[in-house]
Amino acid sequence: MSEVLVVVEATREFGVKKVTLEMLTLARELGTPSAVVLGGPGAAEALSAKLGEYGAEKIYAAESEEIDGYLVAPKATVLAELVKRVQPAAVLLASAQEGKEIAARLAVKLDNGILTDVVGLDADGTATQVAFAGSTIVKSKVTRGLPLVTVRPNSVNPTPAPATPAVEQLTVAVTDTDKLAKVVDRVAEQRGSRPELTEAGIVVSGGRGVGNADNFKLVEELADLLGGAVGASRAAVDSGYYPHQFQVGQTGKTVSPQLYVALGISGAIQHRAGMQTSKTIVAVNKDGEAPIFELADFGVVGDLFKIVPQAAEEIRKRK
Amino acid sequence: MNIVVLVKQVPDSGADRNLRTDDNTVDRGSANNVINEMDEYAIEEALKIKEAHGGEVTILTMGPDRATESIRKALSMGPDKAVHVVDDALHGSCAVATSKVLAAALGQLNADLVICGAESTDGRVQVMPHMIAERLGVAALTGARKLTVDGATLTVERQTEEGYEVVTAATPAVVSVWDTINEPRYPSFKGIMAAKKKPVQTFSLADLGVAPAEVGFDGATSAVLEHTKRPPRSGGAKITDEGEGGVKLVEFLATEKFV
Repeated sequence: MSEVLVVVEATREFGVKKVTLEMLTLARELGTPSAVVLGGPGAAEALSAKLGEYGAEKIYAAESEEIDGYLVAPKATVLAELVKRVQPAAVLLASAQEGKEIAARLAVKLDNGILTDVVGLDADGTATQVAFAGSTIVKSKVTRGLPLVTVRPNSVNPTPAPATPAVEQLTVAVTDTDKLAKVVDRVAEQRGSRPELTEAGIVVSGGRGVGNADNFKLVEELADLLGGAVGASRAAVDSGYYPHQFQVGQTGKTVSPQLYVALGISGAIQHRAGMQTSKTIVAVNKDGEAPIFELADFGVVGDLFKIVPQAAEEIRKRK
Repeated sequence: MNIVVLVKQVPDSGADRNLRTDDNTVDRGSANNVINEMDEYAIEEALKIKEAHGGEVTILTMGPDRATESIRKALSMGPDKAVHVVDDALHGSCAVATSKVLAAALGQLNADLVICGAESTDGRVQVMPHMIAERLGVAALTGARKLTVDGATLTVERQTEEGYEVVTAATPAVVSVWDTINEPRYPSFKGIMAAKKKPVQTFSLADLGVAPAEVGFDGATSAVLEHTKRPPRSGGAKITDEGEGGVKLVEFLATEKFV
């Protein structure tokens, strides 16, 4: 079976991201998964055990200060060389900012088609995509080159399939044009120990009804009790209640968790665009006519400042 | 500074959007077509840089004839002029081909700085800034929530999952922006009147030296095979809190095995 390249997404703090495990799981259906680590010196070592656990038969490690120190372009150059050499059956990247950007450059370098926000991929290269805020399902195919797809987090159930990957170090030969955008600083902003928004199995979001930034503690408390991530509607973000990187909606993140809890969110199209493919939706809103209830599997009409603390207390009791 | 802003006309994301049943492209005929929202932030950022450092702001749009409406709207915010790439052969173009056309147009405009929205609300593919930068051999500073211009040096704060990165590059460069970067101005009456007289130059594929076979359906690197509307979600149980709403909510979560 031919190789399927999976470009690894990882963070310094939390290691291999869940979407990487989903991509390895998907890759096993299509061929032999090979993980590609593009990072700073020593990046691959900390990740290899996890990658092997989910079926990576091989790990290509490109580790260099140049990859870490410049935006995207060096990664695309290294990946393009690898693709030309091994001629994989497909290349999978995460459908997040950087994954899409690496894929974008790869597509131009190889004059190859690209499909983003893919939620399923068949062995013949037919991809399933979700378009227009989850309202349309599209079947599509790369018609020039190999299937180059970015996979949306939470699309595949990641399952382990232990392998012992051989590690191959790649030579990093980047050009001067790959070193035009220099990363001079990386600043971490607090999200605590919560799972990442797009990868979380449970998301608890607050909207304008939360009232102020301080009250978002209620949203955070419920999220923590459920082991979920915190999100916010655009109205809440625009009002300064919660930081922008947690915004769910058309102009924010798209999430597709097992459970989405909407607190004080009316459910404008802007917001629905980012969450309506969630498996189960629960809503609390004081306005019984709010459109969020049209989506909710379970809705409570009432005062979230009474309902949410009571729910939190009830969860504690059951633990 | 010579700034070019990429503006895309898209179907209004606040209304129902569809793909066409005949050729699987975005249905623009029956939609209310507007400027891609994120591009308004790109225009605002360009105008702010011009106000602080001088220069010229040009709108660049690839799209059918009706995109003229969005070009005039964009100009009413304050840019100096526009370039409209319009050619029947472009219908059905994929992202890879689109980047080829836009890069060819930019090649004729001598931009120091290209600014665009981080993504469009229709495709949300988010690939265009890097594709164009790759073709032009210039820097791409993408996902900016803040942009600082100091002579020929650009510095952005790039939003990431973990926080942000500070990234710098010299011009020429492509910068893409999120909606946190500024608050776009509303066009004034004077701006709207002035926009009607601003120059809009049109480029055909021949003007850009791009062959029709490289774009449209013939030149596409990917194809939509079929599409279906997802059945709308139907609401489930809705109760009114009479003092036990929180408990009932948790009971539901328990039956679904979330607690």
